[in-house]
Amino acid sequence: MSVLAPERAPVLDEPSAAPVTRTRKKDFAGLVLAMPFLVLLVSTVLVPVLYALYLSLFTERLQGLGFSGPQHVFVWLGNYVSVIADKAFHAGLGNVALFALVHIPSMLIGALILALLLDSAVVRLRRMWSLAVFVPYAVPVVIGGLIWAYLYSPTIGPIKNLLGFDPLSDSAVLPSIANIATWQWVGYNMIIFYTALQAVPREIVEAARADGAGGFRTAWSIKIPVIRPTIFVAVVFTVIGSLQVFTEPMVLRGFTGTVTSTWSPSMYVYEAAFVAGDNGRAAAASVLLAVICAVLSAVVMRFSTRRSR
Amino acid sequence: MSTSVVDRRSRWVSIPAVHLVLVIAALYSLLPLVWLATSATKSLGDFSTTGAFEFGQWNLWANVKALFAQENGIFWHWLLNSVLYAGGGAVIGALICAACGYAIAKTSFPGRKLLFALTLTGVLVPTTVLALPMYLLASELRIVDTFWAVFIPLLTNPFGVYLARVYADASVPDEVLEAARVDGAGQLRTFFTVALPMMRPGVVTVLLFQFIAIWNNFFLPLVLLTNPKLFPVSLGLFQWSTRQNQFPQYTPLVITGSLLAVLPLVVAFLVLNRQWRKGLAAGSVK
Repeated sequence: MSVLAPERAPVLDEPSAAPVTRTRKKDFAGLVLAMPFLVLLVSTVLVPVLYALYLSLFTERLQGLGFSGPQHVFVWLGNYVSVIADKAFHAGLGNVALFALVHIPSMLIGALILALLLDSAVVRLRRMWSLAVFVPYAVPVVIGGLIWAYLYSPTIGPIKNLLGFDPLSDSAVLPSIANIATWQWVGYNMIIFYTALQAVPREIVEAARADGAGGFRTAWSIKIPVIRPTIFVAVVFTVIGSLQVFTEPMVLRGFTGTVTSTWSPSMYVYEAAFVAGDNGRAAAASVLLAVICAVLSAVVMRFSTRRSR
Repeated sequence: MSTSVVDRRSRWVSIPAVHLVLVIAALYSLLPLVWLATSATKSLGDFSTTGAFEFGQWNLWANVKALFAQENGIFWHWLLNSVLYAGGGAVIGALICAACGYAIAKTSFPGRKLLFALTLTGVLVPTTVLALPMYLLASELRIVDTFWAVFIPLLTNPFGVYLARVYADASVPDEVLEAARVDGAGQLRTFFTVALPMMRPGVVTVLLFQFIAIWNNFFLPLVLLTNPKLFPVSLGLFQWSTRQNQFPQYTPLVITGSLLAVLPLVVAFLVLNRQWRKGLAAGSVK
């Protein structure tokens, strides 16, 4: 969904006060300009979210002998209870938790190191390196997944021979999926961090140099603290993206049996809705996933504001 | 001075080390694509007999021909659909974002703070939550399995609105708007003829990244479409890839198709390199 990480945390931002006093007629013009987006936001985000909440409270049941067809029955939080008790959902949450633990540190630390290297004075051909690492971002996720699936596959790809073990085996498939995501996102986040680093005032960096701080020291005590808001926004977006991981495991499913149909919570939702046809359970699971995303991003943002004080 | 000696020595060590890390990162990023390019030139038999990065017999032309012949040239449909979904969606979506971002930054209609808060919440709503209700709503409206079912939801880009607001704030001075007002231009005309050109680099960035986001989107088309003629290219290739266990002849088709689907995007990013970097910088520095 969202693709850019801004310097400032969006949650903390407020529209600035209107600069000039306006007449009523002008207010109307602003509303006209905002209207197309407002309509889209209501019809493709707000209404579906409310509809999902509504669906999650009902289930389809055959009543009596079932001659009258399935009935829409209000079950309170019954769907939530059955999702929370479902072992497959637990397994999915466990998988994305592990996936996030592998993917988020390796990708963001990699991106940060590369950005700091690009920002250091000694590098030649900056643009070439940054474009090379950025290119995978322009590759559609399905195709990135397919390329790596072939590279992993024991019959076609070289990786099994290179590593000495099967990257699609039961124990290796999770890091293999994380690697696809890391490959795709490291360059993008590197560019975001590098852009933020260029806004670090040069005088501060020069002053640190003059005081005898080396490259590592300058990066650690000056540059990283200055771009910390950018880093935290990147963490929030990566956490949300990791919890929703869907495409990469779906693609690998065609290559190995080790990825189950409910491997991640998003796949669980897909399976419940479009394979099992259990709308209530699917909606409840998707709402739970959204709540987990919201709570985790709030925790990360809270952590970031506390640390910077 | 002693510090400069140390400095010089550490530079001797660090310059090759820094470049070594960059070379490794570049190889990690590019080798999978090199593999894609070399593999697209091979026949099915050559996959097992040649090395991963080795050329076999030059079979690219035959692969491309087979790709476009498969299922009466459905790959043409997929490419065209992707261009329509992503191209049309990005142009219209970016304009909608620019108008709304400008309205939030530079006008004061009632409810604009609420709209902005809703927009920021919209950034965080996972697609997974939207897919099922969107499907049910679309079937209610009888637009499931149509172009519009996929096209309309992908126009919504709350983060684009956030960025457009930042760009409008940064690049459209109030004095200019005031001058336009004094000259008797209406607000709408001022937006299209004065503000929009000033916001152009930012709007192009929103457009480019929305293009990528739509070209990449997989979940919604997977859920909303069953007619292969409406598939975007990634969904089509995904569907072929699920068949290759039984029918290995799909493998070269998927690989060649992937190469053809990736090329335009990579080229667009390289060509527009200067433009999107400027936009990213404007959006993130503020």
